[in-house]
Amino acid sequence: MNSTTPAYNNDIVKMFTVAAIFWGLVGFLVGLVLALQLTFPELNLGLEFTTFGRLRPIHTSAVIFAFGGCVLLGTSFHVVQRTCKAVLFGGKGLANFVFWGYQVFILLAASGYVLGITQGREYAEPEWFVDLWLTVVWVAYLVIFVGTLIKRNQPHIYVANWFYLAFIVTIAMLHIVNNLAIPVSFVGAKSYSAFSGVQDALVQWWYGHNAVGFFLTAGFLAIMYYFIPKQANRPVYSYRISVIHFWSIVFLYIWAGPHHLHYTALPDWAQTLGMTFSLILWMPSWGGMINGIMTLSGAWDKLRTDPVLRFMIVSVSFYGMSTFEGPLMSIKTVNALSHYTDWTVGHVHSGALGWVAFISFGALYYLVPNLWERSRLYSIKLVSYHFWISTIGIVLYICSMWMAGILQGLMWRAYNEYGVLQYSFIETVSELHIYYAIRAFGGFLFVVGAFIMAYNLAKTIKGELRDEVNELDMDEKAKLEDAKQAQAA
Amino acid sequence: MFNKLHKKAEKNSILLLVFVLITISIGGLVEIVPLFFINNTIEKVDGMRPYTPLEQMGRNIYIREGCYGCHSQMIRPFRDETERYGHYSLAAESMYDHPFQWGSKRTGPDLARVGGRYSNEWHLEHLINPRTYVPESIMPAYPFLAKKELKADDIEEHLKALRMVGVPYTDEQIANAKQDLLAQTMPDSAEAEFLIKRYGNKVPVANFDNNEEKLTEMDALIAYLQMLGTLVDFQTYKPMPR
Repeated sequence: MNSTTPAYNNDIVKMFTVAAIFWGLVGFLVGLVLALQLTFPELNLGLEFTTFGRLRPIHTSAVIFAFGGCVLLGTSFHVVQRTCKAVLFGGKGLANFVFWGYQVFILLAASGYVLGITQGREYAEPEWFVDLWLTVVWVAYLVIFVGTLIKRNQPHIYVANWFYLAFIVTIAMLHIVNNLAIPVSFVGAKSYSAFSGVQDALVQWWYGHNAVGFFLTAGFLAIMYYFIPKQANRPVYSYRISVIHFWSIVFLYIWAGPHHLHYTALPDWAQTLGMTFSLILWMPSWGGMINGIMTLSGAWDKLRTDPVLRFMIVSVSFYGMSTFEGPLMSIKTVNALSHYTDWTVGHVHSGALGWVAFISFGALYYLVPNLWERSRLYSIKLVSYHFWISTIGIVLYICSMWMAGILQGLMWRAYNEYGVLQYSFIETVSELHIYYAIRAFGGFLFVVGAFIMAYNLAKTIKGELRDEVNELDMDEKAKLEDAKQAQAA
Repeated sequence: MFNKLHKKAEKNSILLLVFVLITISIGGLVEIVPLFFINNTIEKVDGMRPYTPLEQMGRNIYIREGCYGCHSQMIRPFRDETERYGHYSLAAESMYDHPFQWGSKRTGPDLARVGGRYSNEWHLEHLINPRTYVPESIMPAYPFLAKKELKADDIEEHLKALRMVGVPYTDEQIANAKQDLLAQTMPDSAEAEFLIKRYGNKVPVANFDNNEEKLTEMDALIAYLQMLGTLVDFQTYKPMPR
C-alpha cells in the first residue's frame, strides 16, 4: 500500500466550495424575496419576470441543485480522493468539465425560469435541452467518481462513498425517466412530457420524493459519514448500523413517492404502498441519525468549544426531526389535513435549512481552512454567531409554518352550525398574514447568518486570523497557551 | 450470506454499483409500471376531449407562469372539498395533460373546476389585478398578459408533438389548428362552428379579453381556465364498481 499522500486535485474542490457559498447566498436571498412577496403581494411588481411563479423555481433550484449540488460535488471529490488515497480519475480536464458544465446547467436553468422556459414539473423545471446537457455532465461525474473508486489504493470502499455512489446513480435514473419528453421543435425550448395525468403524476413524485431521498438525503449522509468523524476526530459509531442504514435507505426511499398523492386520482393501492414504506423509512432514518450523533461519544465536550461540530450535530438532529415528521405526514389521515398547506413548506424547510444547509455549513467550515491550508478559520466566534442566528431563524420559520398550515387546514374543513362551510377561501388566506411575516423574518435571520459565514470564509481564504484568544473559553485558552509555550521552547 | 456478499461489494466498485442499481429499481418498477397496464387506473367517462389549440396555448401560459406553485388541480374526495370546489377529480380528467398540473400547494384555491364559475370579464380584471375583486388576495398581478400577443405560429407543431405522446388529435384538427386558434375568440362565426364541430359544443367561444385588435395571451389563458373541469358530465357519471 502506498503510504505517501498523492497530489490530490484540490483545485476542483476549492472551485465547488466557492460556487457553493455563492449559490447559497443567491438561493437564500431569492427565498427571502418570495417570503416577502407572500406577505406583501405588491412586491411581485406586476412585471413578467418578477412574479412569485417565475421566481419560485429559481429559489428551489438554486438552493437544491446549485447550492446543494455544488456542496455535494465538491465534497464528493474531496472525500473520494482521500478515502481512496487516489487522485481523481480523468485528470484535471474532466473534473473542470464537470465544474463548468454544472455551472452552465445552473445558469441555463435559472435564466430559463425568468423567461418562462419551464416544463412545469416541480423540482424538474428545466426544459429538454438543459436536461440533455445535465445528463452529459452527470455521466462525466459518474465516470470520475467510479473511476476513482476503481483505482483506489485502499482495500475497502469507505461508507461515505457508498452514499455518494447511490446518490449519483439514482439521480441519473430519476432525471432521465422523469424528463422523457418530445420537443415541439429542435430549435425551440418547449416540450411535452412523455407521460400524462395519473402516470405522469406518479413518475414526477417518484422523481420528486427521491430527489429528496437521494440528492438531499443520501448525498448529505455521505457528508455526515466523512465530516463528522473528521471534525470530531472519532471513528463512525457503528459499522453495522452504517451497512443497515445504507441498504435500507436505498431500498425503501424509492417506494415513498406516492405519499405526495394521497387522496388524489392515483389508485388507492399505490397510495397505501407509499404510506407503508414511508412509515418503515422512519426506522433506518433514525438509525442513521443515531450513528451520526453517537460518533461523538467520548467527545461530547467538543460541542461546547467547537461551533463547527455544533452545526453538524444539530443538523443531524434536524435530520432526525424531519425524518420523524415526514412519516407522520405520510399517514393518510394526517395528510388529509396537512396536504396543500404550509405545514408541508415548513417540513421541507426543517429538512432543507436544518439538515441540508447546516451539514453543508459544517462541511464548508471544515473544508476552507483545510483546502487553503490555514491554521484555523478567520473567526470561531463568527461561526458561533452564525449558528445561533440561523438556528433562531429556522425555529421561527418552522413554527410559523406549523401554525399557518394547521390553522388553514382546519379552517378549510370547518362547518358552522347550519352545516355549511364556515370560511371562504380568501378568509383562510388573510388569516395567514402574520405567520407569513414571521416566516419572512426567520428567513431574514437565516440569510444574515449565511452572509456572516461568507464573510468569515472569505477572510479565511485571504489568510487573515482574528485575534480571539481573549474571547475563547478557558480550556481553549489554556490549550493555546500550551501550544505557544511549546512552540517557544 | 449477506455479510459475505457485502464484504465483496465493499471491495468491488462495479459490484456495489450493480447492487445499488438493483435495489433502487425495485420500488419504481412495482409502483409505476402497473399504472400503465391496470385497466381501471383511468375511469371510462364520457366527454373527455383534447384541448383546443387556444386552450392548449393557454395551458402552456399557465405552466410558464408557474401557476402550479400556488394552485392545485386535484379535488380530494372530502365533503368540504367537494362542497367548495365540486365533484372530486377523476384520473380521466387529466388523461390529456402533458404534463399533469395537480399541484402540491394551495396558496390560492383549487382550479380543477374553475371553468364556468366566473365570467370572462371577472377573469380578465382579476388577472390584471387580483385585488380589484379580492382585496386580501396575495396573488401576483398579470397585466402583461393582456398586452402580449399570443405567439402560436407553430401551433400545428405543438399538436403534432402532443399526438406523438398520445393525445388523439385528428389530421383534420392538426390541419386546421391555426384557424381553430383564432376561431375560439370569434363568437357566431362560421369558423367557430367548424371549431365546435371538431371539439364539441362545450368549447367556450368568446372574445375573452374584450380586445378586438389582437389575439393575446390573456385570451388563451382565460379560454383554458373557462374549460377546466367542465368536460365530464357528472349527471351521467357512475363510479366504477370496486
